[in-house]
Amino acid sequence: MAIAIAVILLVIGSVLFHFLSPWYFTPLASNWDTIDLTVDITFWVTGVVFVLVNLFMAYAIIRYRHRKGLKADYEPENKKLEWWLTAITTVGVVAMLAPGLVVWAEFVTVPEDAGEFEAVAQQWQWSFRFPGDDGVMGQSAVRLMTIENPFGLDPEDENGLDDVLVFGNEVHLPVGKPMKALLRSKDVLHNFAVPQFRVKMDLVPGLVTYLWFEPTKAGRFDLLCEEYCGLAHHTMRGDVVIEEQADFDIWLAAQPTFADTLAIPVADATAGQALYAPCAACHGMQGEGNLALNAPKLSGQEGWYLRRQLNNYKNGRRGTDPADMFGAQMAAMAGTLPNAAAVNNVIAYIQTLPDLPAAATISGDVDRGESLYLTCAACHGRDAMGIWSVSAPRQAGMSDWYLATQLRNFRSGLRGTHPQDGYGEQMASMSMMLLDDAAINDVLAYINTLPVDDKPRQVAILEQ
Amino acid sequence: MGILKILANKPWEASGEIDNLEGGGVVEAPPARVGLWAFLAVATSLFGLFSSAYHMRADYADWQQLSVPALLWLNTAILILASVAFQWAWMASRNGRLKAVRDGLSLGGLLTLAFLILQLVAWNQMISAGFFAQSNPANAFFYLLTGLHGLHLIGGLWVWQRTTSRFWAGLDQEDAEQVGAFRLRVELCAIYWHFLLLVWLVLFGMMLST
Amino acid sequence: MAYVAIADRPDELHHPHSFITKYVWSQDHKVIAIQYSIIAILVGLIALGLSFVMRLQLAFPDTFSFIDPSIYYQSVTMHGMIMVIYLLTALFLGGFGNYLIPLQLGARDMVFPYMNMLSVWVYLLSVIVLLASFFVPGGPTGAGWTLYPPQAILPGTPGTDWGILMMLLSLAIFIVAFTMGGLNYVTTVLQARTRGMTLMRMPLSVWGIFTATILGLLAFPALFVSAVMMSFDKLLGTSFFIPAVLSMGDVLETEGGSPVLFQHLFWFFGHPEVYIVALPAFGIVSDLLSVHARKNIFGYRMMVWAIVAIGGLSFIVWAHHMYVSGMNPYFGFFFATTTLIIAVPTAIKVYNWVLTLWKGDIHLTVPMLFAIGFIFTFINGGLTGLFLGNVVVDLPLSDTYFVVAHFHLVMGVSPVLVVCGAIYHWYPNITGRMLNDGMGKVHFWMTFIGTYCIYFPMYYLGILGLPRRYYSNGVTDFIPDSVSAVNIAITVSALIVGLAQLLFVLNLITSLRFGKKAEQNPWRATTLEWRTPEYPPGHGNWGPELPGVYRWAYDYSVPGAEKDFICQDEPPTEGQGA
Repeated sequence: MAIAIAVILLVIGSVLFHFLSPWYFTPLASNWDTIDLTVDITFWVTGVVFVLVNLFMAYAIIRYRHRKGLKADYEPENKKLEWWLTAITTVGVVAMLAPGLVVWAEFVTVPEDAGEFEAVAQQWQWSFRFPGDDGVMGQSAVRLMTIENPFGLDPEDENGLDDVLVFGNEVHLPVGKPMKALLRSKDVLHNFAVPQFRVKMDLVPGLVTYLWFEPTKAGRFDLLCEEYCGLAHHTMRGDVVIEEQADFDIWLAAQPTFADTLAIPVADATAGQALYAPCAACHGMQGEGNLALNAPKLSGQEGWYLRRQLNNYKNGRRGTDPADMFGAQMAAMAGTLPNAAAVNNVIAYIQTLPDLPAAATISGDVDRGESLYLTCAACHGRDAMGIWSVSAPRQAGMSDWYLATQLRNFRSGLRGTHPQDGYGEQMASMSMMLLDDAAINDVLAYINTLPVDDKPRQVAILEQ
Repeated sequence: MGILKILANKPWEASGEIDNLEGGGVVEAPPARVGLWAFLAVATSLFGLFSSAYHMRADYADWQQLSVPALLWLNTAILILASVAFQWAWMASRNGRLKAVRDGLSLGGLLTLAFLILQLVAWNQMISAGFFAQSNPANAFFYLLTGLHGLHLIGGLWVWQRTTSRFWAGLDQEDAEQVGAFRLRVELCAIYWHFLLLVWLVLFGMMLST
Repeated sequence: MAYVAIADRPDELHHPHSFITKYVWSQDHKVIAIQYSIIAILVGLIALGLSFVMRLQLAFPDTFSFIDPSIYYQSVTMHGMIMVIYLLTALFLGGFGNYLIPLQLGARDMVFPYMNMLSVWVYLLSVIVLLASFFVPGGPTGAGWTLYPPQAILPGTPGTDWGILMMLLSLAIFIVAFTMGGLNYVTTVLQARTRGMTLMRMPLSVWGIFTATILGLLAFPALFVSAVMMSFDKLLGTSFFIPAVLSMGDVLETEGGSPVLFQHLFWFFGHPEVYIVALPAFGIVSDLLSVHARKNIFGYRMMVWAIVAIGGLSFIVWAHHMYVSGMNPYFGFFFATTTLIIAVPTAIKVYNWVLTLWKGDIHLTVPMLFAIGFIFTFINGGLTGLFLGNVVVDLPLSDTYFVVAHFHLVMGVSPVLVVCGAIYHWYPNITGRMLNDGMGKVHFWMTFIGTYCIYFPMYYLGILGLPRRYYSNGVTDFIPDSVSAVNIAITVSALIVGLAQLLFVLNLITSLRFGKKAEQNPWRATTLEWRTPEYPPGHGNWGPELPGVYRWAYDYSVPGAEKDFICQDEPPTEGQGA
């Protein structure tokens, strides 16, 4: 008896939950209202079955629960009833399947007037490409991918030179225009999903997959990777900004073309030496760092990382929080580098400095640090020498006290909160696994035990 | 009695019957034979799936057709002979010609051993010709499929060895039960070898053609 | 076809003499069944523990220092793999299959007892290899239970050095073990039924297990193939599944491989696997309902046909797991259609279960409670399968918590409810004692209500767009703060359910000693396992003669009969059919 009542209550509760709970689809922001319709149809059909069958079962239990003298019927089968039920079920199935297939046919057929863009996924970042003025995207290949050419575009391919490249996790799209997303992955499986657009598709290395949608609402939407792609899967975020065509055109025009990225002048280390003089005051003549002045070691750090951080400081993505005193100092100093060429030159000079391992200042439980570092190693490498393709800088042989400060800054929100600092956001998210200073020290103590290898690495971003 | 007819039975109507249509087995066969056929179904699924993986992978651009070592033709002939020998042993066992059974079994086993050794030689030829597993998926499939087929033959040889040792240990020809069990073993060996020959022919043809 | 004499030679059975041969290297199907079950339940408890690692992290992020992303994803992976393969498959086929097939069919044992014994020990070996992967450098694989390449074998995923290889090795060993057992189950069903036990007189439990075994025998090779090929990719650097990729800054030497090919192979196994778990549950629950409602199962023939149809169809629906995998999108039309077709026989089974209750004499025993709990849970989980099976409806829901809720209810909780009901039902047959009824009821209510509270809200998190396989949700505009409250509620429910399972284990252990002595056939069932001369069934199951079967398994409340059940081996009395 109790079970029948429980079933009835669960049915009522489920239906109430469906209608009353605040958790349901996000407001639709694309043309795919038909998908929502198919979901609604399915909810109605299955909902009716759910309620009817369960209530019938509960009724049967109440009515035919064992009492003295009750005897069950003997009815091996009832052909007519069974065929009727089969027929009704078939009708219900067709009612769900038919509209579903119609909408799927729409999904697989991209409208002819759709614009195109490419979303490129890699562990654990997004980047994007637009076809440029000729409307055709150039060829790409994995073997062409380098620090200078992360998209792997073929410089020989005329069609590719005017392709507009979007470095970073944010893409803009015009409202009211159907867009076909070509999906390409550099390494493992990923998935392109914006909940408000309803559609999603995996990105598969070796294939170009696609989906299409027409944004109908201006705004900023989260782009998620929804296919498990390794340790930092949950931090693989992007932004899709939907805006009016005119704003979109302005944004697109501000992005470099592939030809632009090929034309960056060779950096001049000699010119960089002069620019480095003010840096040396804190970071040391050899870039060896200075704990007393809170200036970390620079020598041996990857060029692409130095450039990104200098640009972050210059563009107000880092060192803006008043509580981050040293960051604010550095932001001011970075501002004195007048332009991109100056940044490149000073980095070129830093890369000529001798790379001597920084002295260890932090101790902790090395064994615990080692097991914690397993997670860090996914990006920073087992040798902690950094991996350019996942944008993770070197840690081994660098100033450990600085790393500790930065880990605390990431945890407390002093760093990695700026919306344009996607990598910082990732690190902030991952740093949450180090719950306290002891954990931070353990990891750094482990990193201090790692030998600094001096095998030649792809350090240079600018020496071409 | 067809399976459809069985499934259409209304079991509640036949209450009281006992010595009815199906008896103990669906087919008149000792369990070992049914078990072997079931295993062959599993192995067919296994090799079938490998073949479909092979064909799906072959559709990709980087696929280079295998340059099959000529030795494999000889090996194929040897395996056919092994199968013939087992068939001979099986037929002889049905007529009770035990000497012929012995010869057939021994010959079949030795030919199979020769096949396996020559397969290893073929591997060696492939490797010295620079066709490593990692150089092309067709090569990788070659090692994989021949290896798997070879493992199945080795499993067969284990049963073969048990069968022949039973024979050498002395078979009481008067004991009908013993002879029956022995005959069944020979039969199962023969079926298994025919199956593996068939698998080999399909695999070989596949590697030649794709 | 004339009646074929059954080779019944009790003297040929392997007769154990010492403790070792009786309980360790035993060839008795009943002992093997218990060995299988104990290993499966123990490893299942480990997997249950792993699920708490996930739930604690999701409800209380950044609270527990031992849960970092590596541990989290490793827990996800091992939890899934253990539950699906090493617990449910092993328990239903190795455990229930071994126990029920010979007893319910009137056989003395499996037809190949020695191979049966090997099967359980090889299974144990696979479990040991699996568990050993927790102790290798880098820990077990964290590639997700589907082990998708390339990430399963490339750096950036936990356990790509040793863990993944141990996993693949363990799976290969498991498949060998399963094949040895499976050949036994199939051959025994086909060839070793007792006199009169026609196929259509078999209890549905056996039908479910039999069909599931055939599925397993044909589908597991696909997993074997993919495991072998992935090991080649990992160990030899071949390019079966790995295309040209840029991994951690290095362009690898691989070229042209197809990750989608792996997915096809995996799901060609993976979807039948769902039914390998579900069909035995379907069969067993049919018998539980029939016995405890004192009524024949409604539409027996339709039930058998549905089992066979579902088994057949399960081989042509696999790509519904891959709608957004990047495979040719036109496949979607075919697979959505086949998938929704499979809903029809499944729905028929549900109707027939409910109609079995209708006009029954329903005894609300603990097994019956579990059976009813199963129907409710399965209806819920099954219906949401219609969302995910319909290709376009799947688009917004794929890869979200909706999927997690669906498959947990339909192939996690539902089969587990059947397992529990079945254990309460057959425990007296195995041990001669009843399980404690009060503890059983507490166990049922905590499990039934608790699991629904875990998974029902998850549907709505999924509809909201919450992705699965996330260590933490991070800052996202569309996820409201209330989600963390839901997550806490779910975790609390999960802890309650976990506690209930400990109570169940306690009941299993204490009842062995203190349980009420069971009379033979305490549920007044018709099937042969309750009719053995020794009780609990002894070695060889039957006395000098095998039982003969005169009727189907569902002669409950036959009009005119004096009792409300007639056992299958009871000869007809005057006036009854002949």
